[in-house]
Amino acid sequence: MASTLFRNVIQAQPLFLNSSALLRRKNGVLYCTMTQTATEEKQQQKSPQKIKVPPQKQMKEVSKIGADYEAVIGIETHVQLSTLTKAFCSCPYSYGAQPNTCICPVCMGLPGALPVLNSKVIECAVKLALALNCRLSFSSKFDRKQYFYPDLPKGYQISQFDIPIATGGSIDLDLPLEFGGGHRRFGITRIHMEEDAGKLMHSGNGSYSQVDLNRAGVPLLEIVSEPDMRTGIEASEYAAELQRVVRYLGVSNGNMQEGSLRCDVNVSVRPIGQAEFGTKVEIKNLNSFSAINRAIDFEISRQVNLHSQGQQDSIVQETRLWEEGAQKTVTMRKKEGLADYRYFPEPDLPEVVLTKAYMDSVGKSLPELPEAKRRRYEEMGLSMQDVLFLANDIAVADFFDATIQKGADVKLAANWIMGDIAAYLKNEKLSINDIKLVPHELAELIASIKSGTISGKIGKEILFELLAKGGTVKGLIEEKDLVQITDLVDIEKMVDKVIAENPKQLEQYRSGKTKLQGYFAGQVMKASKGKANPGILNKVLVEKLNAKV
Amino acid sequence: MLSTLHSPRSLSRFPLHLTSSVKPRAASASSASSLSDYPPPPLPAAQSPGGAPASQILTVRRSLLSGSVTATQLAESYLSRLRLTEPQLNSFIHVSDSVLKSAQEIDDKIAKGGGEALGPLAGVMVGVKDNICTADMPSTGGSRILENYRPPFDATAVKRLKEKGGIVVGKTNLDEFGMGSTTEGSGFQVTANPWDLGRVPGGSSGGSASAVSARQCVVSLGSDTGGSVRQPASFCGVVGLKPTYGRVSRFGLMAYASSLDVIGCLGTSVADVGIFLNAISGHDKFDATSSKQSLFTSINLLESKPLSGLKVGLIRETLDDGVDSGVKSAINAAVLHMQELGCIVNEVSLPSFSLGLPAYYILASSESSSNLSRYDGVRYGKQTVSDELNALYANSRASGFGPEVKMRILMGTYALSAGYYDAYYKRAQQVRTLIRESFKTALETNDILISPAAPSVAYKMGMLVVSYYS
Repeated sequence: MASTLFRNVIQAQPLFLNSSALLRRKNGVLYCTMTQTATEEKQQQKSPQKIKVPPQKQMKEVSKIGADYEAVIGIETHVQLSTLTKAFCSCPYSYGAQPNTCICPVCMGLPGALPVLNSKVIECAVKLALALNCRLSFSSKFDRKQYFYPDLPKGYQISQFDIPIATGGSIDLDLPLEFGGGHRRFGITRIHMEEDAGKLMHSGNGSYSQVDLNRAGVPLLEIVSEPDMRTGIEASEYAAELQRVVRYLGVSNGNMQEGSLRCDVNVSVRPIGQAEFGTKVEIKNLNSFSAINRAIDFEISRQVNLHSQGQQDSIVQETRLWEEGAQKTVTMRKKEGLADYRYFPEPDLPEVVLTKAYMDSVGKSLPELPEAKRRRYEEMGLSMQDVLFLANDIAVADFFDATIQKGADVKLAANWIMGDIAAYLKNEKLSINDIKLVPHELAELIASIKSGTISGKIGKEILFELLAKGGTVKGLIEEKDLVQITDLVDIEKMVDKVIAENPKQLEQYRSGKTKLQGYFAGQVMKASKGKANPGILNKVLVEKLNAKV
Repeated sequence: MLSTLHSPRSLSRFPLHLTSSVKPRAASASSASSLSDYPPPPLPAAQSPGGAPASQILTVRRSLLSGSVTATQLAESYLSRLRLTEPQLNSFIHVSDSVLKSAQEIDDKIAKGGGEALGPLAGVMVGVKDNICTADMPSTGGSRILENYRPPFDATAVKRLKEKGGIVVGKTNLDEFGMGSTTEGSGFQVTANPWDLGRVPGGSSGGSASAVSARQCVVSLGSDTGGSVRQPASFCGVVGLKPTYGRVSRFGLMAYASSLDVIGCLGTSVADVGIFLNAISGHDKFDATSSKQSLFTSINLLESKPLSGLKVGLIRETLDDGVDSGVKSAINAAVLHMQELGCIVNEVSLPSFSLGLPAYYILASSESSSNLSRYDGVRYGKQTVSDELNALYANSRASGFGPEVKMRILMGTYALSAGYYDAYYKRAQQVRTLIRESFKTALETNDILISPAAPSVAYKMGMLVVSYYS
């Protein structure tokens, strides 16, 4: 309500920024030469060309490097929290809204405005910290990080500097099988809360830029990893696992394309055996997990090449951009001195104090996390491939868990979900929560097939019906009269009939064309409307076809 | 405070008994050095039982409810006095054009019989310091960088006073963003002290103090970070109250030093200031530093309670060298007076007292360098069109800010910069804790502590100008 009130008042002010044109004042237009500063927006608008690098090539490069050099990779991830309102005011945030429509005096940094912390931000931070096995600070504070930029309305960002809310954790993940598989554990240095800045949109010809403050004040969690990763794939899997975790927890939708999950990576190489780190290079503009993978591998080989040519001094501490089109990293800003952010404690916000009781209650509310799920599925006897698929999406895992809870066979349930159901979801572009099929009906379906009530083929047909329209297995079986025919006598009768009706084919079969068994089987199936039990049918067929006349 | 005693000898030039119709007397020659020849304030301020000056706010209320004067008449007389005195005083940066409309609304309400439901501040003219946001009037903070800026919201203190029936008569002059102690640091105009037009009213709430002192309004809002309500009140001979940090919401107060700023009240009597404070205080969900502790509720501010047995501590370090002898003797007279009334007055020594000013300068400059970063000409305020981003920031701020503000921003930036944070800001915070502890200790053995509000009377204009370019 507050934001609506302000919006109406704001648009009446002639001096205020209106959404369509920036800074057009009576006295002129602001010119900003900022073409050198590439933005995530600009890059994201280019459609990413999908380039598939076969895994084997990556493995080769990694192994060549592995011989002499070791890469050291650390990742800083910003997760945009999906709270209803921003971190310090009651503005709602929706991605893609018209520019400057989700703002108020507080997130705009108007004179006299003050921040008030959204307690949900703390809850999300504590959830994530517990999920990543971190140590929580019983008392932490906010600090001001000061720098000037048009997308930072107050001229400072409210963040946490020396006393973050969580430190010292770890994350467990399993590498995909196509990259060699294996379990990894990477350290987490810290997690802290901060607010996001607005967005700058640069005009085509670079003659002016526009400020959209919708995103200013949106809560972020910054997660800094230990420099434990060694390859591009480890780094991209780390990012993917973070995405999995934040989605499991429901604190963020973790979408790299929308900017709710952003990763900056730091890469350095050193000769194997050397204790000190090499010069580290930061890479920005990574918009997908595969981009993380490829960018890091490129950068590693770039640095290794320089080393092997004796030019390691030309590796400077800088920020480089990943260019998706050219598939390489390029220098963004040369001569980056260390920025002085003049941190000091935020005087407008009180300390954040956590009680043990609060931490415990949040801990109890956590769902089973991906790592725990994976280990549990492994113990159930599922293959790693199945485990990775099922545990990837919490909704899918929940569906699976619900199905086997109704008694369904674990492997069969996995197969149905990974096969036919996944294909349907992909075709219809749905999520598993959107389908009409419910877990206990899937269990029912599996049981019906297992018991022989219906055949596997019929089962697939029923599944399609259930996915699209819902209903019950029992109901559909009755409605469409799909019960499998298993009675030996009935089948023999049908087989006899079909054989009698097809003397020519019988002749051909008896003279050697044994492949015609399939034809007879098909005919019986047709006659029985698909209900004949295939196993029994084929047994009977073989008997009768081969019988001495 | 000494100046609130309002004993007849100091205010004899302001006759307090009036006829009911206010006839402005002819103004004397323009060389008048004070306002003694101007028409007196409109209402008879009847004496209360204890001999203390009556509350103007209560007098207004009584008169409105009894029908002896309408809110419109009252507003008109204050406005005409304001117009007559402004050319000499320049207390106001902006005068509201909706005063009579608001007054009419109050009269309509009374006419409909809703008199008893009137807020406690009904019909009371209030001056608001221009660093406090008002939605229907420009709020400049005394700075050119916010020339013509109109906030889209009211400060909580303003909202509350309006809810209680107060009428905002205008925005008063101040040192730019609250930085200064004479109001000569305003980006717009210089305000004069009503007692002597060649002297400053004090600062930074100089306009608020002079407006109340000259009866251009009944009460006013100021802000106090390092004395900016108390010192101008002393210089202009009115009551100024700096509440405890967190008592009044800071939402809508343009931040100078976030951990020190408070909104304070000025008025002609302690009772008025108390009523006014009560009206604007209380927890505000828009200010995370506002206190949830409940207020003193029903205090009869006119009730006369004996002071006998009250333990008063006079802070010795505030009467050292550098304090005018006139001030010292006034304090001593006050001490004698209190003793006559039964107080037990002792000297108290607070050795850390002298550390207050240097610690304040570090903390206030540091916090202000951060709080004033938002004034960059990008989203609001005055912008100097430039070809390139850094030039935009540099030129807008260079041309918008005055020299005192620039100096404090530079000092504060330096104090917070890498390598200096520990030596300056952190050290100053530690000193602050020491000072706080020593005050707490002194208050264990004393009920109240007293000191002069300022070491001298109001300075002559131009006396304190610092040369920034020498």
